Amino acid sequence: MTDISQTADAVESLDTQSDVDAPETLRYTEELLRVDNVSLSFGGVNAITDISFNIMKGEVRAIIGPNGAGKTSMLNVINGFYHPQKGVISFRGKPRRRMKPYKAAASGIARTFQNVALFKGMSTLDNIMSGRSLKMHRGFLWQVINIGPARNEEIEHRKRVEEIIDFLEIAHIRKQPVGKLPYGLQKRVELGRAMAMEPELLLLDEPMAGMNLEEKEDMSRFIIDLNTEFGTTIALIEHDMGVVMDLADRVVVLDYGKKIADGTPKAVQSSQEVIDAYLGVAR
Amino acid sequence: MLYREAGQFKTSYAADQAMLPILQDRIGILVILLVAFVGIPVFATDFFMGSIMIPFLVFALAAVGLNILTGYAGQLSLGTGAFMGVGAYSCYKITTLFPDTNIIIAILLSGVFSAIIGVIFGLPSLRIKGLYLAITTLAAQFFLEWCFIRIGWLYNYNDSGAIEVPQRKIFDIAVTGASATPMVRYLVIVSIVAVLSLVAANVLRGRIGRSWMMIRDMDIAAELMGIRPLYAKLSAFAFSSYYCGVAGALMVFMWLGSAEVEAFDINHSFLVLFMVIIGGMGSILGCFLGAAFIWVLPIVMRGLPSLMGLDILAATTEHITNIVIGVLIIFFLIVEPHGLARLWQIGKEKLRSWPFPYASS
Repeated sequence: MTDISQTADAVESLDTQSDVDAPETLRYTEELLRVDNVSLSFGGVNAITDISFNIMKGEVRAIIGPNGAGKTSMLNVINGFYHPQKGVISFRGKPRRRMKPYKAAASGIARTFQNVALFKGMSTLDNIMSGRSLKMHRGFLWQVINIGPARNEEIEHRKRVEEIIDFLEIAHIRKQPVGKLPYGLQKRVELGRAMAMEPELLLLDEPMAGMNLEEKEDMSRFIIDLNTEFGTTIALIEHDMGVVMDLADRVVVLDYGKKIADGTPKAVQSSQEVIDAYLGVAR
Repeated sequence: MLYREAGQFKTSYAADQAMLPILQDRIGILVILLVAFVGIPVFATDFFMGSIMIPFLVFALAAVGLNILTGYAGQLSLGTGAFMGVGAYSCYKITTLFPDTNIIIAILLSGVFSAIIGVIFGLPSLRIKGLYLAITTLAAQFFLEWCFIRIGWLYNYNDSGAIEVPQRKIFDIAVTGASATPMVRYLVIVSIVAVLSLVAANVLRGRIGRSWMMIRDMDIAAELMGIRPLYAKLSAFAFSSYYCGVAGALMVFMWLGSAEVEAFDINHSFLVLFMVIIGGMGSILGCFLGAAFIWVLPIVMRGLPSLMGLDILAATTEHITNIVIGVLIIFFLIVEPHGLARLWQIGKEKLRSWPFPYASS
């Protein structure tokens, strides 16, 4: 369905500040999320200054930058935790200004957190089931009786959850309280919980922080599978450059709340500004 | 040992999600129900039913109510006593304004008023959390107590200021009032408590219960999963206050017979809170264990010296009971801060793997 001229247009419009070869791998044409001139400040501190970028449907988009660059703030803006002072965010073509997190969730944006934010008192199964909350509708009275519709609904969603559990290979910890699981598994359960929402856009905030090589490889594989098999669009914050370069279709680089580069991993990697931001530069 | 699920395979999600997936548990519940509905009414004395079992069930139900709010939804409340009072006064008003109402319906309906008041005093929970929220529920406690004294309409402008339970009959059997036998009152209350406990267990296992636990464990993440804090928190307050209200109505109509405002004071709020903490936050079973520990154990201990033929002054027995209960509370909280229910759960885990403890997963 992608015709060549359309792709060329998309390439043309790509806002790459670094002068590098046009990204040859861009095969996505439908824009899922668009951030236009967004600025966010807390009192006198500018967390994000005039940032614009877009996320195409079906791609893996990485957001990178040194510590304190405003990456997590950007995610918080996207899913409605912070309301930017300036700028517009459009999701699926619809612009929105102020949005509550639960509305963002309902519109199809899911997220994992930098420091694991699981429901610690609940089992793995319940945690992932909680991701189905928006898809379950049986009312209070059916819940009270808990035979018939409410129970059938629960079983139906349990099936879906079990598929996710199989996918993430966490069947053995299904009934265990998540608080006692090792860190790597907790991250995996959190991914499962976000997957259970069947989001259109999945925001991953450092999904591989604090993992060893093997766990990172596992997680990368899950993210790739999630993207290719389920077609989920993914926005990813990550510090491991190897991971970012391998997974991402396009990369946004932030530094001190400003966008300094945007483009394919290769393009971004060779951008002088990015190298300066990461390595520091004598001024 | 006896308690082992080996060989009990689940072949469907329905079986795996059953309330009691293990056969031994189902047998256990059946035995408890048989004892409660047949054994105790047939064999127990009036004193046992009227002065031990009825208050125990009243407090257990109130503890279920508070546990839903504090243990499952994570909202600390010190207004339990007042919410029980709202239930009791509403039930009194319903039975006096509409004398023909079936008393069971009046009791179940009175919880609705308590739920409404609970929602109103739950509104601050949208802004404040933890101990600070506890302080605002304390305001509910004092404000409602003031209402029970000052608003004469609530007790029909009695000179005594107390609510007197009128005589009500179902099928010509006195259920409330002076002529109702402890056995009838016990059967009514045990039925209501059993049904309401089942309802609570059902709701807590489903979507709504999960949304409460999500708010409790990580409210930010819950909001991102599409839970609206407003609905989740206020529904928890409503549901919890309903239980407390029904417990309050049962307390006056089935146990005390008449009550003044002192029956719903802050001490009762704390009493129920202690039951929840010692029984186990986030456990229905814990409510019953906690109520038994705080209410039944002292009664048993007071009777113990005379039973053993020891000649001790009543006052001394009282002191010893207080000391022992206090020590036991400290002991249990050190052994298992998560309450008796967790202790019971650990015991079951140990039984499952006995005699090969290293084989457990």
